[in-house]
Amino acid sequence: MTPLDFDAVTVNDVSRTFGRRRALHKVSFSSHRGEIVGVLGPNGAGKSTLLGVLSTLLRPTAGSVGFGGADGADAAALRSRIGVLGHDLFLYPELTARENLQFFARLYGVADVDARVASALDTAGLAARADDLTSAYSRGMRQRVALERALIHSPRLVLLDEPFTGLDAASASAFVERLRGLRHDGRIVILATHDLDLAEGLLDLAVFLRDGRMVHAATRPDRLRDTYQGVVG
Amino acid sequence: MTTPTLAASVWQIVRKDWTVEARSREIAYTTLFFAVSCLLVFAFAIVREGKAPEGAGEGILWATLTFAGTLALGRTFERERQAETLRALLLAPVPRAAVYLGKLVGIVSLLLTVELILAPLVSLLFAAPLLSRPIWLLAILLTGTLGFAAVGTLFAAMLVRARSRDVLLPVLLYPVVVPVLIAGVRGTSALTDPEFDAAIARFWLALLLAFDAVFLTLALWTFELVMAE
Repeated sequence: MTPLDFDAVTVNDVSRTFGRRRALHKVSFSSHRGEIVGVLGPNGAGKSTLLGVLSTLLRPTAGSVGFGGADGADAAALRSRIGVLGHDLFLYPELTARENLQFFARLYGVADVDARVASALDTAGLAARADDLTSAYSRGMRQRVALERALIHSPRLVLLDEPFTGLDAASASAFVERLRGLRHDGRIVILATHDLDLAEGLLDLAVFLRDGRMVHAATRPDRLRDTYQGVVG
Repeated sequence: MTTPTLAASVWQIVRKDWTVEARSREIAYTTLFFAVSCLLVFAFAIVREGKAPEGAGEGILWATLTFAGTLALGRTFERERQAETLRALLLAPVPRAAVYLGKLVGIVSLLLTVELILAPLVSLLFAAPLLSRPIWLLAILLTGTLGFAAVGTLFAAMLVRARSRDVLLPVLLYPVVVPVLIAGVRGTSALTDPEFDAAIARFWLALLLAFDAVFLTLALWTFELVMAE
């Protein structure tokens, strides 16, 4: 294990403002290896801002994020251990799935790029269409490539922003299974989602945000929808 | 897993940009079409009975390059904005300078390709003997284009999330690159002078190199700050 293979992420009283607008206010929680954390809340609750802070793209205005054992590392080094799947898929439509994955694998310094990419395409179930342009893919197929892109460098922390958007029931179920696999592999998964039905039974910790504030947190929550309606409204 | 070197990261970004452009040809075609249209408008406006005013061709070449280059700069970053791939580049564990230099090399190579077509066309339409000293011309075009693109890449990246980026880019860019344009025009004019003086051409080339060094240093220094959200 290298010093960058942190085994916990701790969010300590993190606040973030944009001008006069407060997007996050004193949010705190922690997550450990092999856990899936759900960040739940309505639009504008601060979910994407929180993921931006965790990804090191945004600096907190106050508070801090601890990457257990790797706190002294610079942001670029930390980014080598973080994988992000955004609401936009971060894929070049003019490149094939294989070319997209190869490009990002090389940027992350992955060893034996071709073998790693072939394995990722297999996992996504897209080996047969690996040389098609991603613009020719359905939303579900692009989402699968995008997830493999986010995981191409075997990150310790995986951040997912609304990963179920646009997926049909079968693709969404397969996606949930993939997330369970990541938990089994010892990754720390933090996902922001509106989809309470898919998140039900998946989360080890649910963090509820409203207007940038953490209004509730529940460990291994059941009856997620009832809890959400009770605390968020 | 090893973090790639700066040069390797720059090369990956340049190679990706070239592949994307080779597939779509969108920026090359629109930039070239716009540049040729500009040249034709200037030609119809100022060429009388087959004769252009002396020294007009050199100025028109640089004016056209500036307008077409602005279009290319905007489109290059618009492409990275559409699928938020610029964000993906910033999330990679590579120095911000690699992202800047990769985009810069991509834009300079595209503009140089356009210039290879524009220079003979200007020579033909405005009876300017631009091609009489091709090595000098190449050096002036390369250094001038680098200076223009060094500032343009920084501003285009800075404005990528601004709603009125298409209007703001030329407003911010042109006042800053005026010294490059003046040196480019005067350097090119020195090449077409019937009494060519290498010392004068060398002076303008040295000035362009100095601008390049200053603009590149400033852009590399500020790019990380500019890209902070």
